[in-house]
Order: sequence, then C-alpha cells, then structure tokens
Amino acid sequence: MNVIVDTLPETPRPTARITAARRFGWLLRREFWEHRGGFLWAPLVAGAASLVLSAMGIVLAMVAARGKFRGDTEITLHDGTSVSINGLDLNMLTSRMGHEELARLGDGIDLTLIMASGWPFLVLAFVVFFYCLGALYDERRDRSVLFWKSLPLSDGETVLSKVASAVLVAPLLATIASILTMFGFLVLVSLVVLFYGGNPVTLLWGPASPLLLSLQYLAAIPVYALWALPTVGWLLLCSSWARSKPFLWAVVLPLLAGILVAWLEFLGVLGDVTWPFFRNVVLRALTSIFPMTFMDFEYLRDVDFSLPGAARQLMSPAGVYRNLASVDLWGGVLAGAAMIFAAVRLRRWRDEG
Amino acid sequence: MNAAAESMAVVEARGLRKAYRAKVALDGVGFRIESGRIVGLIGPNGAGKTTALKAMLGLIPFDGALQVLGRDPRTERDDLMRDVCFIADVAVLPRWMRVREAIDFVAGVHPRFDRARCERFLANTQLNPRQRVRELSKGMIVQLHLALVMAIDARLLVLDEPTLGLDILYRKQFYQRLLEDYFDERKTIIVTTHQVEEIEHILTDVMFIRDGKVVLDAPMEDLGERFVEVLVDANQAEAARQLGPLDERSLPFGKTVMLFDGVSQAALSPYGETRTPGLADLFVATMKGTYA
Repeated sequence: MNVIVDTLPETPRPTARITAARRFGWLLRREFWEHRGGFLWAPLVAGAASLVLSAMGIVLAMVAARGKFRGDTEITLHDGTSVSINGLDLNMLTSRMGHEELARLGDGIDLTLIMASGWPFLVLAFVVFFYCLGALYDERRDRSVLFWKSLPLSDGETVLSKVASAVLVAPLLATIASILTMFGFLVLVSLVVLFYGGNPVTLLWGPASPLLLSLQYLAAIPVYALWALPTVGWLLLCSSWARSKPFLWAVVLPLLAGILVAWLEFLGVLGDVTWPFFRNVVLRALTSIFPMTFMDFEYLRDVDFSLPGAARQLMSPAGVYRNLASVDLWGGVLAGAAMIFAAVRLRRWRDEG
Repeated sequence: MNAAAESMAVVEARGLRKAYRAKVALDGVGFRIESGRIVGLIGPNGAGKTTALKAMLGLIPFDGALQVLGRDPRTERDDLMRDVCFIADVAVLPRWMRVREAIDFVAGVHPRFDRARCERFLANTQLNPRQRVRELSKGMIVQLHLALVMAIDARLLVLDEPTLGLDILYRKQFYQRLLEDYFDERKTIIVTTHQVEEIEHILTDVMFIRDGKVVLDAPMEDLGERFVEVLVDANQAEAARQLGPLDERSLPFGKTVMLFDGVSQAALSPYGETRTPGLADLFVATMKGTYA
C-alpha cells in the first residue's frame, strides 16, 4: 500500500500563510465581537447619558435665570445666585473678561470637560472588571472552550488577546467615547452661549483645550494598561480557576486576607501592616482598573489650582508618566504577569469533564 | 518524506493511564491507528472513551506514551492542532457568534481552512450568515460545525458523540456528508457514539473499550471471520453450549441465538443457521455485566 501511495503525486493542500500577528488580530476581533456591548456601546451610552443630563441641567438653569435678565445680551447674576453645570458657571460665559480671567475661564471649562467626559471611564472600569471575570470562565461554562481549542490557537496567545482587549482595546474605545462626549458637551454649551448672544469661539473653544485634553487621554492609555495589570491578572486567574462563582472568589479572597491581616495586627502578631496590605494587595488586586493611581492622587494634591492652566496639568503626560518611576507600578506589573501566566497554564490543563 | 509520513501511525498509544480522583479512566491502554481508517471507539458510559480522545487531543495530562501524527499531544499541542480537528460533543459553538463570524474567524486563524468549500457545504442548508448560534436548532448548529470542520484539510478528525440529541435525518445526513465529501485515504477519522448501528457500515476498524481497557481492537472485515452468530434450535442448545458461546439470548418459539468468538462457521453450521453478528449485538455481548 505504501508503494502505491508513494507513487501518487501529493495532493495539493490549500494552505494559507497565517502569521502570528494576523492570528492575534483575529483573536482581538473575536473578543470585540463577543463584547461589543461592553467595549463599544456602554461607554458611548454613558457619554450620551452625561450629555443628556447636562442638557437637562442647562435648560433648568436657563429657566431659573430667565427672570434675572437686564438689558439685552448680558446675564448678570450679581445677586449671588450662581448656576453651574458640571461645575461650569454659566454666568461666567457671557461676562466680559480680561486676559487673566479668560485663562481662568479656560481652566474652568477644562475642568468641566474632564468631568463631563469622565463617565465613559467609570463605565470602562466596570466593563473591564466583569469582562476579565468572565473571559476564561464563561467559555468553560458553556463548553465553547472545546471549540476554541479545536483550532490552532495556543492558550498563551488566546489569554494574551484577552489581556490586550482589557487593557488596550476597551480603554481605547472608552477614550474615544470620552473624547466624543467632550466635544458633544462643548457643542451643547456653545448653543447656550449662542442663545445668549455670546461668541462660542472666543468664550469656549479659544480658552478651553479639548484637543490637548484628548491627546492627554490617549497618551495615558499605556500607563493605564500597566497599572491595571495586577487586577486584570487576578481576575483572569480567578476566571480560569473557579469552578463556579468567580465573582465571589475574586472579591472574597482578597477581602478575607485583608481581614485576617487586620485581625493579626489587632492581636499584636503583626505590626502596622493593615493599611499597606490593603493598599498594595487588596486594592491593587481589585481596583487597579479604575483609571486613577495612588500616585495620581498624590500628584493631584500638589497641583495648585489657583494658577492658570492647572486643569491642563491634571492629565499632563509628564504627570501621568511619572507613575512609571514608581515601584508600585512595576511590582504590580510583575504580579499581574505572574497571574496571567498561571491563568494560561490553567487554561491549558483544566479538564472540563 | 512521503514514505515516512505514510508508514507512521496516525495514533500510537502504549500504556496510557489516567486516573481521576474517583476512578481509573484509562488503565494501560495501547493501540495503533493507521492512516486512511475510520475507527469507531465504542464503549459504555464511563468506559474511558472521552478520556482517550481528550488524551489524543492534548486536553488533559496523562501517563504513558502517546504519539499523534508523530507528536506528543502534551508538549506539542499547538503544532499538532494544525493537522488535527475535532468536534467534541454537540453544541460547543459559542452561542453569541454569528454564522458569518464563525466562518470569518476560522478562515482567519486556520491555515488549512478552505472558505469556498465551507460556503458550498452551507449553501444546501437553511443557515443564514447573519444568524447567531443561539438562534439555531441543535441540528443546524451541528450542520454549521460540520461545515467548518469539513472545510479544514486536517489529517485526523476526532468526533466525540457528534450526533447526540439529533433526529435521525440529521444523523444520517451527518455521516453521509462525512463519507462523501470529506473522507479520503489521507485522512483518518476516530468517532465515538452510542448509536452503533448507524455507523457500523462506515467504519473500517472498531475498538471496544471497557473499564479503561481496550477489549476488542479489530478491522471490521476480521469481525466476520472471528465472530459467528448461530440460530440454535432448542434441542441443539445443550450441545452448542459445549462450544462456549460468548453470549446467548432466547428468541420466541424456543430458539436461541448464540454468539461465538473464534469458532469457525463450518464447525457451527450443524447447530443451525449462521450469520455475522451486528456490531450492536457484539457490543452487548462484550459489555455484559458492565452496569451490574
């Protein structure tokens, strides 16, 4: 039989050349398909909701301010009332201002923009949390892992595609939603300014720095990705390990550990370790996907808000990238990488019965 | 290289052992599967069939020596999966996926996937590219899965209960498709199923597995030589029993069917009408007492 087969010409096999990069691209696409709702629509809806609420507030404020007009174009609310939307004092918008006042106005608007555009990021944190918890658990529960494993995809690249989706794809989409919200908000306020006869270009678009803020948001994504790794790693580990209820395991284990440490400290077995433990382990494992770090908080404390341009400093790359100098961040990266590696091993050998 | 590849067994197992906490699923299993065969792996529930398949597919750790297409599935799984494909159970396609997405994805990641072939298979079905898997009936999900798998030019295809829960129309169609549009002498198929009668005509080899051991491993054509079924009259029964039948069952009107292993047809014909037993009867005889 061998002889016969040997003399037959090898039947041509259609083999496409598929590079690792192309495969990874398809893996990312597959994550996006499954989680389009969380990655794409949730941040957009959050941004839209923030715009709708802002619009409602503005209308409310305009109605409240109606009785207080004097003359034709200027609002003068000098009787002590102030109306503000997301912290933006509408009154200021139409006042006549000098150079310094304009700069201050710019700061005010920038702060407002940061607040208005923050919603998609809040949603992002929750989306990423539950995405990671389900990423390796759901496929085992519905046994679709057996389909994915029937394809020439390694466990390593599959899990890494989920990490990349959590720390890069989802944040990028949320950032885009946030930037859209920011510009939407500016358009909304421009309409108000126009309504009162002001010039939105000189009063809003000139003093504010939406483009700079947008770039700052985008520039912050890599730092966010590194900072989020311990939480992403921990949640993926729970997701690949738990036989059921990954949420409970993921949340209860660190909390119990924290309580145990607190108890030991209370008994005098351990020294003053409870807060450091919570800060460096419990909170790092559970909340690092929120786009704020301890460093950021410390940094914010040092920002002098009385200086012009302070708002632009909040998200400045110089400030954000200072995180890279912290042991906190790199310790987290190491721990996250170790947990992701463990999750890969678990996915490789877990027997789904 | 061609010669080497052809003379190499597709699967070669020696001393496979796998113990779960409660029981031993594989107890020193050894077998060899050549290229161009369709092997039925048949056994009662819990006999170790699925464990054996999972070992071949590198899904579980195990002890012993196992080579699939010359590779160890424990350490070379990523490489192996380019040449091996499997349908493990029905309905493991992700429920959120659309038909079109499933095709796009497999086309994107599998070097041996032929998109045109897959679409040709699907053209004869009622599947719509925009439908999600969760909107499909079980039979349609299997049609989709089979179309995806048959468009992959794999050397080994492993099917674990691929038609469980399907109606007879889908089941017949499934195996017919596999034979007509997929199988050729370069490919090998290993299939487990409980619906023994439906696949016995497509198998080239059969392997019975019981309590983690291979109890029968033979080409189908050998079964006819080895096993004989005799329809024995009541007055001949005692005499026939002297030859040591593997199993016997009574029919109405005093006749008894006896199944013999290794007794020639000529030696048995005096006792009554002889015939080659069906795979199902053979299975029942071999597995007697499994659940006792």
